[in-house]
Amino acid sequence: MEQAEQTHLEVTVRRGDADGGKDEVFRVPAHDNQTILDVVSWIQQYSDPTLTYRFACRVGMCGSCAMMVNGEPRWTCRTHVNKVLDGNKLHIAPLRNLPVIKDLAVDMDPFFDKWVEAEGKHHPTKTRDDPIEQINPESAERSEANAGIECINCSVCYAACDTVAGNPDYLGPAALQRAWTLFNDAKNEDKQTILDAVSGTSGCHNCHSMGSCTHYCPNDLNPMAAVAGLKRETAKSFFRRRKNA
Amino acid sequence: MTRPPRSHPLWLAFVLHRLSGLALALFLPAHFWVLSMALTQPQRLDSFLEFAENPMVKLAEFGLVFLLSVHIFGGLRLLALEFLPWSNKQKSLAAGAVGLSLFVSGTFFLQAI
Repeated sequence: MEQAEQTHLEVTVRRGDADGGKDEVFRVPAHDNQTILDVVSWIQQYSDPTLTYRFACRVGMCGSCAMMVNGEPRWTCRTHVNKVLDGNKLHIAPLRNLPVIKDLAVDMDPFFDKWVEAEGKHHPTKTRDDPIEQINPESAERSEANAGIECINCSVCYAACDTVAGNPDYLGPAALQRAWTLFNDAKNEDKQTILDAVSGTSGCHNCHSMGSCTHYCPNDLNPMAAVAGLKRETAKSFFRRRKNA
Repeated sequence: MTRPPRSHPLWLAFVLHRLSGLALALFLPAHFWVLSMALTQPQRLDSFLEFAENPMVKLAEFGLVFLLSVHIFGGLRLLALEFLPWSNKQKSLAAGAVGLSLFVSGTFFLQAI
């Protein structure tokens, strides 16, 4: 890469709040090993201490630091500058589809509220007094549930989704994937509640299978497959109910 | 500004499916109107059919057959995605739908000219 010879990066950062904002350009020293989060931290520490952003673990576990980098949603702590550099330029902006609080920090409330709305919460089958249920890790159901459990709630898929952009009520890939995980979890009861929660006007049937969620998921999860699973099960449940009616 | 994240194969497949559907929806009324001439204005229909022998019209028909078949095969992929057990080969299936449609429309074109 040419970057080794360059001494500085030209970094454009979107500054502002819910009322709007503007781009601001910073010159940041270039290094061989540098992540987008390093660049943002350098600006905040050495150039403009008023720059607001969010991070915690720096190792891709907590899901706090996602931003739009050159127009694409990414986890900034695990995104190498070399991988996304456009010449010597970077454009860093707050996540798409979420309200901006200030600069690069967005309000994640709508994202998390939708997890609850999609019944992405545990509905226990037993109490603490019951013996622990044995689960066969090899079962097809458990494999399906395991597929989505590594989600770190970073909202990259939510920012990538054009359906969310077009319909702000749409629950979005992460919440639906969570619902699908719990639907397949043997320790989670009340499966019909989940299907009812995800099949309304804001539910899984909004999805156009564009696949941006799966394309951009930093943990290589497949929310598109989870949403397709919910579509299949809600359709089955619909016909089952008509048959029994 | 934040550009929407696009230009990956399945997003392009989505756009192709939507645009082909829209184009076919616009084509159908014109198609039925021409067909109705068989009853109302047979002479005008004959002269239209003569015009349709023009190679440029055949080329346009090639496009039409492509749109039709890419919408059918793309739609079958989406139905399979939503109603059959999940397959990870979605990109290959979308590419296959385009390839198959080019084959069908290409065969039509070679027959037509």
